[in-house]
Amino acid sequence: MAYRWKNDLTEAAVTPKHIYMNRRQWIAGAAAGLGLAGVGGAARAQENDLEPNDWDDITSYNNYYEFGTGKDDPARYADRLTIQPWTVKIDGMVDRPADYAFEDIMAKMTIEERLYRFRCVEAWSMVVPWNGFELADLLNMAGVQSGAKYVAFETVLRPDEMSGVQFPVLDWPYVEGLRLDEAMHPLTIMATGIYGRDMPNQNGAPLRLVVPWKYGFKSIKSIVRITLTDKEPATSWNKANPREYGFYSNVNPTVDHPRWSQATERQIGGGLFAPRIPTKMFNGYEAEVASLYDGMDLTKNF
Amino acid sequence: MDRFNTLVRRIPTAAIYILCAVPAPWLFYLGVTGGLGAEPIKALERELGEIALQLVVAGLAITPLRRYVGLNLLKFRRALGLMAFAYVALHLAVWLILDVQIVAQIWADIIKRPYVTIGMVAFLLMIPLAATSNNYSVRKLGRKWRQLHKLTYVVAILGAIHFIWLSKGFQLEPLIYLSVILGLLMLRIRPQRRKQAA
Repeated sequence: MAYRWKNDLTEAAVTPKHIYMNRRQWIAGAAAGLGLAGVGGAARAQENDLEPNDWDDITSYNNYYEFGTGKDDPARYADRLTIQPWTVKIDGMVDRPADYAFEDIMAKMTIEERLYRFRCVEAWSMVVPWNGFELADLLNMAGVQSGAKYVAFETVLRPDEMSGVQFPVLDWPYVEGLRLDEAMHPLTIMATGIYGRDMPNQNGAPLRLVVPWKYGFKSIKSIVRITLTDKEPATSWNKANPREYGFYSNVNPTVDHPRWSQATERQIGGGLFAPRIPTKMFNGYEAEVASLYDGMDLTKNF
Repeated sequence: MDRFNTLVRRIPTAAIYILCAVPAPWLFYLGVTGGLGAEPIKALERELGEIALQLVVAGLAITPLRRYVGLNLLKFRRALGLMAFAYVALHLAVWLILDVQIVAQIWADIIKRPYVTIGMVAFLLMIPLAATSNNYSVRKLGRKWRQLHKLTYVVAILGAIHFIWLSKGFQLEPLIYLSVILGLLMLRIRPQRRKQAA
């Protein structure tokens, strides 16, 4: 069931734009000199401007609290994580529960490129050219049983390799969950690479979830376990602060985080004078996913 | 320790002002040239806020250092306090101009977000302190000056709570700041006068 969703972007759009970015930085600097704050990144604010962030931004600005809470901590410390060998336990309400080796999964899956917006709950965003396969294909490989309603995910927990877990920033291991229809949606992928290269450790190697219409923390990294269940699974941020982080966590500019507005966001890569741009409902994927939530009060089910 | 104090007396306060002022333009330069990472606005905002908090801590350390170590750095306290105020003002300016940008949202944030409210209150409380950090005010206000400047204790605690509250999850660093600040304040509580017992 690969290729169920297509971008209207061409391959040429997914090119690292180092030179372009450098020039942008220079313009931003020049604008600062002239006292024209805000001019440098104005081009960013335009609609349909889905230009991927460059490799350095995507791989140096990460939230992966198992390696520390600083944005640069994952890039600095995640190389300690051993990602070979890697197995994913798929269990619960499936026909073929097993420990699936990463290589075996890759051999059966169709890897495609997905250029997605990525919106963090902290009100910043990127555009990332992921490589990966549809989660539906993996779940179908294990055989989803008819009673299953939810999918639970778990991140690897290795205190020897993850210095950040010594302190209980969150209740480790990191866990996440989706409703089954969200998990089976063609937009939902298991990403295994970026820009055609293997997934860097700091971005969740060797495989991670990407659900582009939800806040980034739903897209759980370095997955070791997937459990099909009939009950809504616990999710890490919801456990840590249920008032601030709901199970759904769909990108929604009209529902604020209690501590900050979600109406706007700042795209990473715009430099010191990057403007805020309006956040789109479902992160711009409203046409594809809004029907999943028909009749639901999204203010209550935030 | 006396030799130390003699040495300290030779250091002009201007040196402290200059030393404390250097990081601000340097950080701004780094932000413009990409040296603060992929998201320089938040990085700059955070760095300026943290330096402000560190200067507040340094200012609070002066009395205990004199009392328990015998090290007299009193002549630098005004510089530390004024520079802390300057960094809070810069931190606020970055938040207003570069971070939030939208006027309606700035006001909404101040009112609706408790951690912003607390930060704002701490800043406002610092204004009378900065305004009276001069010899004229000390002379003019006399005893009242000492009373007024005890607001620093409130400002320090509010600053640490602001840091704890804005952090996601249960983080160690802001808790360390609060512990150090509370510790420094506790050192100010004089033990019960022994004279009465004797």
